[in-house]
Amino acid sequence: MAARQREISVSEFFTKNRHLLGFDSPTKALLTTIKEAVDNSLDACEEAGILPDLEVTIQALAENRYRIEVTDNGPGIVKAQVPKIFGKLLYGSKFHRLRQSRGQQGIGISAAGMYGQLTTGKPIVIESRTNRRQAAHRYELVIDTLRNQPVIKRDIEVDWEAPHGTRVAIELEGTYKKGRHGVETYLRQTALANPHVEIRFQGPAEGEVLAFQRASSTLPPEALEIQPHPHGVEVGLLLRMLKESKARRLSSFFQTEFSRVGPTLAQRIVEGAELQPRSSPKRVTAEAAEKLIASIRQVRIPAPPTNCLSPIGEERLLASLKEQIAADFYAAVSRSPAVYRGNPFQVEIGLAYGGDLTSDDLVSLYRFANRVPLLYQQGGCALFKSVLSTNWKAYGLQQSRGALPSGPLILMAHVASVWVPFTSESKEAVAGYDEIVREMKLALQEVGRQLARHVRRTQRRRDADRKRAYIEKYIPHIGIALQDILGLSEKQEAEIVETLTDTLARSRKM
Amino acid sequence: MSSKTPVKSAATSVAKKIRTEARGIRTKILQRKTPAMKFPVRSLSNVVYRPEKGHFQIKGRKKERTLTVGTVKTFAQTLRMMAFSQELIETDDMATKREAYYVSKNWDDARFNEQPESDTVIEDVEALFGVNREQLGFVPEEKGGDVAGELIVVDHDRDTGEKLRIDCTRFGSGAYSIPISVEQLQFETNADYILAIETAGMFQRLVKHSYWRSANCILISLGGVPTRACRRFIRRLADDHQLSVYVFVDGDPYGYSNIYRTLKAGSGNAAHLNEFFCVPQARFLGVTPGDIDEYDLPTHPLKDVDIKRAKDALKNDPFIQHHKPWQEALQKQIRMGVRVEQQALAKHGLNFVIDEYLPRKMANKKAFLP
Repeated sequence: MAARQREISVSEFFTKNRHLLGFDSPTKALLTTIKEAVDNSLDACEEAGILPDLEVTIQALAENRYRIEVTDNGPGIVKAQVPKIFGKLLYGSKFHRLRQSRGQQGIGISAAGMYGQLTTGKPIVIESRTNRRQAAHRYELVIDTLRNQPVIKRDIEVDWEAPHGTRVAIELEGTYKKGRHGVETYLRQTALANPHVEIRFQGPAEGEVLAFQRASSTLPPEALEIQPHPHGVEVGLLLRMLKESKARRLSSFFQTEFSRVGPTLAQRIVEGAELQPRSSPKRVTAEAAEKLIASIRQVRIPAPPTNCLSPIGEERLLASLKEQIAADFYAAVSRSPAVYRGNPFQVEIGLAYGGDLTSDDLVSLYRFANRVPLLYQQGGCALFKSVLSTNWKAYGLQQSRGALPSGPLILMAHVASVWVPFTSESKEAVAGYDEIVREMKLALQEVGRQLARHVRRTQRRRDADRKRAYIEKYIPHIGIALQDILGLSEKQEAEIVETLTDTLARSRKM
Repeated sequence: MSSKTPVKSAATSVAKKIRTEARGIRTKILQRKTPAMKFPVRSLSNVVYRPEKGHFQIKGRKKERTLTVGTVKTFAQTLRMMAFSQELIETDDMATKREAYYVSKNWDDARFNEQPESDTVIEDVEALFGVNREQLGFVPEEKGGDVAGELIVVDHDRDTGEKLRIDCTRFGSGAYSIPISVEQLQFETNADYILAIETAGMFQRLVKHSYWRSANCILISLGGVPTRACRRFIRRLADDHQLSVYVFVDGDPYGYSNIYRTLKAGSGNAAHLNEFFCVPQARFLGVTPGDIDEYDLPTHPLKDVDIKRAKDALKNDPFIQHHKPWQEALQKQIRMGVRVEQQALAKHGLNFVIDEYLPRKMANKKAFLP
């Protein structure tokens, strides 16, 4: 019985959890597949210090059957890495490290490949070239669901023009839709949050071509990897770290495995749990670990380093908004890094107002976590709720109770963190930690104030124009009346109208 | 008491006033200053009651209408109305207030949307120059009031100039209608007094039973707040023949402080003209709050607007403030919380008013309110 269960475990795991992983509807499955491939490509390019050039192609094969192709100019992948990256669910590289990256759990692209294989029986096709001296390879990867193992079925050399890069192709059952949750929206928002990226898109229909131009030719600052901060660990993780650590004493364990802990703090933590600093980390029991956690909570520890974050930055946010959106006014705010439960994070808000944007609708809110657009579950997202609970009337917008403000406005909300707290594994909504909500609100208030200044200025100008038009409507009648009463000539009448218009235009009573 | 005719006395001088005002405005404009017009404030707060003259007199308070964004429309409309008035004067024509409203429809953006707006502007111009609207060439279209009884009105045929003697006893069940302009009229009468009546219903009853014959009086129906023509008609008639004027209206604050007070002392709205359009010799016959008890009359509860009107009159009306009996009457009415209509007298029989009420009242004229 147990053996049978294991045999079907991979596909069953997937089938049971597809809603958590973002494959719960055919529309979403197609979008998630593209999303995961794009995330992977961007992460790979940035790690290698390459300005990303992406090409996304969707080909309609039959009704509800598509071939997704994402090509990048990244560093390429060597053969040994291919199965790990594309074939294993929960492949470990990203899970343990604390550094800002798009994918967080490493489920993504392999789940997409699994979905494609389950719905069409076709392998994932990966083409990659790592440098000028190596030929490009084309791998066909199949997941052996019996043994939960990825297997490279074919490996042939192919032509590849660029010196390096990777192309992933997945065939799947899905539905291609436009609109709020469509591929186009996702790519547009990705370009907004990643001004250093260039994306070309070919949709399933003929001539359905889009190009998102690069708005900044510098890569975002590299995010450094950091060790966990003591305030962010829980008992389970602490126990595993204790078991895996090479440190021989508890005090050195805390100093080497955590950030911001020196000899004094390490000693205080250990003694606070009534343990010996010299005792071995491997011997710590679950009970003692809980005491350690309690002790950590009592000790004041400096905030974690924030060089692990890579925000978009105010300047690049502005450049990106100006490149992608035709508006009258732009504002951007990058808050300083802050910390929730030992995890550094940073909130950014971008705003575009007026111009071609329509004013009757509710504000469009684009949410991002580590530069990845969040298209679903807006209602459950802390970023959305922060926008709701901000008083936009104070900033010159209209807002009904419990609704987004309305006006010609696009709002971007970005939270960057080594560990973005999502409400679920499908990574669609940010959880409402007090610290995050507070930072969001401060950022929103800051852009709000900038917006209010602009709105007031525009309003004043419009009022002045309206007043002038109003005055100019009636001044001629004063001229006509005076002409009638005093029997003036046309010239004398014109003189009155001209002089009076001029006087009123200068008048401060306007 | 002045009885000098205010109309057509100085039509050319009005045209001159208009030109002077226009010239001043033009000069200001060419000096690059914002022009302004000064209007007397047209409300009760800007009048004082002159008991020795018997009418409201305007106090000096003026409001200035400076040409700004907020006033440019009214400013332009006022000037155009002045130009229109000047045209009327110079062509010896006239226009009703409604016609003036329609003429403004040629003024594009400066046109009036509703007649009350153009009426207000005409009244502003009247007050600006301290003249009667007839002097500006505007005539009201409202009815002046009805007359029946011992009176011959001497008028002239419009075309032939022939003298017309209109006998107000000879209208049968109908009545003579007071014209818009009454200055040219002359009167012949042997009546003892004038009885001014608020409602057409009561007037009809008294006419039908020829009350004027038995009482030897002239009956005039006011039809609510009396028009200027009606006030002027009664004033001239009463002055010329030394007649007493008794006023018979509903027993409510509107009858007291609006109808009666306007007839006797004039209005706050056209205070510069009250001198001519008031009837200082008027006395109040009824229905008084005291009549309710004395004649056991059916009543209606005072409405909120009635109470507000009564309190307003006590607080702001210089006429009421001058006359203690009126204050007592209004306070009594507020206390009683009821109002009474003229026709409530019908409770005691349809002709109770003729057979009992009026004779008893006329027997004790000293009890009339001032």
